[in-house]
Amino acid sequence: MFVPGNNPGMMQDAFIYGPDSIMLDLEDSVTMAEKDAARLLVHNALKSIDYGNTEMVVRVNPLNTPYGRKDVEAVIKAGVNVIRMPKTETAEEIVELEREVEKVEREIGCLGRTQIMAAIESALGVVNAYAIATASPRMMGIALGAEDYCANLKTQRTPEGSELLLARETIVVAARAAGIDALDTVYSNLNDMETFRREVETIKKLGFDGKSIINPRQIEIVNEVFAPTQKEIDKARTILAAIKEAEEKGSGVIAVNGKMVDRPVVLRAQRTIDLAIASGILTKEDL
Amino acid sequence: MSTYKERANLVAEQAQAMGKPVYDEASFQKNTQAHADEPLKGPKVVTLEEAIRRSGLQDGMTISFHHHFRGGDKVVNLVVDKLAEMGYKNLHLAASSLIDVHEPLIKHIENGVITNISTSGLRGELARRISKGLMKNPVVFRSHGARGSAIANGDISIDVAFIGASSSDPAGNACGYSRSENAKSICGSLGYALPDAQYAKKTVILTDDLVPYPNTPNSISERNVDFVVEVESVGDSSKIASGAIRDTKNPRDILLAQTAAKVIVNSGYFKDGFSIQTGSGGASLAVVKFLREQMIRDNIKASFALGGITAHMVKLHEEGLIDRLIDVQSFDKVAAESLKNDPKHKEVSANEYASKDESGSAVHFLDIVILSALEVDVNFNVNVLVGSDGIIRGAIGGHPDTAADSALSIIVCPLLRGRIPCVVDEVTTLITPGNTIDVVVTEYGIAVNPRRPELAEKLRAAGLNIVEIQTLKDRAQKIIGTAAPLPFGDKVVGIVMNRDGSVMDVIKNIEDPA
Repeated sequence: MFVPGNNPGMMQDAFIYGPDSIMLDLEDSVTMAEKDAARLLVHNALKSIDYGNTEMVVRVNPLNTPYGRKDVEAVIKAGVNVIRMPKTETAEEIVELEREVEKVEREIGCLGRTQIMAAIESALGVVNAYAIATASPRMMGIALGAEDYCANLKTQRTPEGSELLLARETIVVAARAAGIDALDTVYSNLNDMETFRREVETIKKLGFDGKSIINPRQIEIVNEVFAPTQKEIDKARTILAAIKEAEEKGSGVIAVNGKMVDRPVVLRAQRTIDLAIASGILTKEDL
Repeated sequence: MSTYKERANLVAEQAQAMGKPVYDEASFQKNTQAHADEPLKGPKVVTLEEAIRRSGLQDGMTISFHHHFRGGDKVVNLVVDKLAEMGYKNLHLAASSLIDVHEPLIKHIENGVITNISTSGLRGELARRISKGLMKNPVVFRSHGARGSAIANGDISIDVAFIGASSSDPAGNACGYSRSENAKSICGSLGYALPDAQYAKKTVILTDDLVPYPNTPNSISERNVDFVVEVESVGDSSKIASGAIRDTKNPRDILLAQTAAKVIVNSGYFKDGFSIQTGSGGASLAVVKFLREQMIRDNIKASFALGGITAHMVKLHEEGLIDRLIDVQSFDKVAAESLKNDPKHKEVSANEYASKDESGSAVHFLDIVILSALEVDVNFNVNVLVGSDGIIRGAIGGHPDTAADSALSIIVCPLLRGRIPCVVDEVTTLITPGNTIDVVVTEYGIAVNPRRPELAEKLRAAGLNIVEIQTLKDRAQKIIGTAAPLPFGDKVVGIVMNRDGSVMDVIKNIEDPA
């Protein structure tokens, strides 16, 4: 969930809605005049607010602006989990960010703690998606930023999203190839929850791991769409139980209900269980 | 056989023995006027000044008002201006509540017309000035139930009640709505004015729609009315909420409401035939929305909804989900219209609503109440009257009445309002005692009064996030820090009465920060 880095009230409250990840923004939602104030606020929010187990991400300003490096330093010193690099176009930008991150981490003695997420928001970024996704071992995900991408593509967003199809597919493929997460762009019309739901359904089918949101009211829909059905959960649990039993017995290939269970089936079953936990249907104690 | 004339002596004898006069034929004069010729005239119909004069009002006496027009009320200012003009002094103003629109009372306090006030609430500039010490005598605050009791038992002895009504006939049969074509205003229930009409020594109806007799069905009966005054306007109905159902989009209100609805559904009280009261705030209305969905899913119907009635409650009633509405105050026009048209939508007086002294009052039959709070403390005490800046900015309403007499009282309030913590060590002013509160719902977790361990167990079993109230307070304090103590002075500006008639707390004047 995107939260403007210059709004203390929202930063303080974001956690109560139960998003999986909170992204405090220092980039586009903060005007030039407020960049330093927002950096200070975000730093202190990370240090003083108890966000529980929520993953904390900060979107910093690009390193070629006067703010980027100061942002990186401030948020690492406050213990951020993930830095999101906006408008990433090449692997070199990630490498440069990684150097900055390492420098700060070395200084405070926490080398390797901070992960990186890259937002791809241009045609060049999409073309370089795999190189970006594999630019650093710290890479945990790549995300589509649709507004800038559409502007760059000289088109605009439509409800059906055909203009984003290639970018979305490319990003999912690149993320899968790199073994990291693929995250979809925001949908900003809060008065049209139906189109939002359809978009979430679309990106789930495409293989995305999640959706960026701008308002807590969107959380429920994302969770509903991504939540597996009880039938899917039951099937996944049966498969995982059968596999566990087979492993204990030392047997190789097994079958459940007459169907062969191979590695992709097991992975899919595990993912179903992970999603069920993420959407609050199962708890770890249930397993 | 004897003639009437022959029996005259015996009549006189018996009359003397009974201490009665002898009937005098000449004392009767028949009124042969066709009523249709002058349908709006009658001996009670007088000007405001005449009504005041003939009521016998003296300096130092008690006058009363209702607040059913809320921000649109015009009666208080109109009448007190007139009283000032007529030279009255040292009056006790006993209102069901006072709000922003009553700011002109400041000058009447300064010029000595009003020297005492009893009310359920104070808001706006009037409240700020009183908090700063405007009045010599402290304002006495009572809940709606407590005010009803005090009027009935004489603690508040009303000399003249001035009651704004949206219709009245010349005899004084009056309503908070009008069935005539000339209807100018509507406020629905006159519940808070009913004890005034019943117990005041004199009652004056002010109406902006004088209609021919009989104005039935009526909520105030002519037998409780002494004078009827026609005025240009008793209130601006547009200042009562319009009643258009608009669901809140505030995500925090939605979260609080969803959580409160889950508390209700899993409390053990959510069963066919249950009864409920909610407030009119965004979170309260959203609770109704979520509860409605659950009632439809589980095929559960409520026997009645109580209180300030809103368009939301009317909708559930019309859908057959709530059998009856019991209405002491209509919160919007939809509710007011429903009261006018629907016999299952019943108007009740403040006493029938919430008096502790009446075993038949509606709160004694209430299962669940959803309430708000400015502050809750670690002992579950609630403050709904005085802001955390020490300035009076609210109303007691029916809060302590419904909390005490409902089977399950739920406070819904955010842990933090901006930089103001709502769960604190000790409330600024004690309004609703903690031993009447069962559950506090915040966005950071649900606290259950330790007096209700079985309830905590049920809610925990349903997977709800039950926390100690101390944990909530600590969390608020960790985020916000400890506030500097408020600069209270030594003067008592307000007295808070418990609903049993005892004195529970005082409000001290607040000084400007150093």
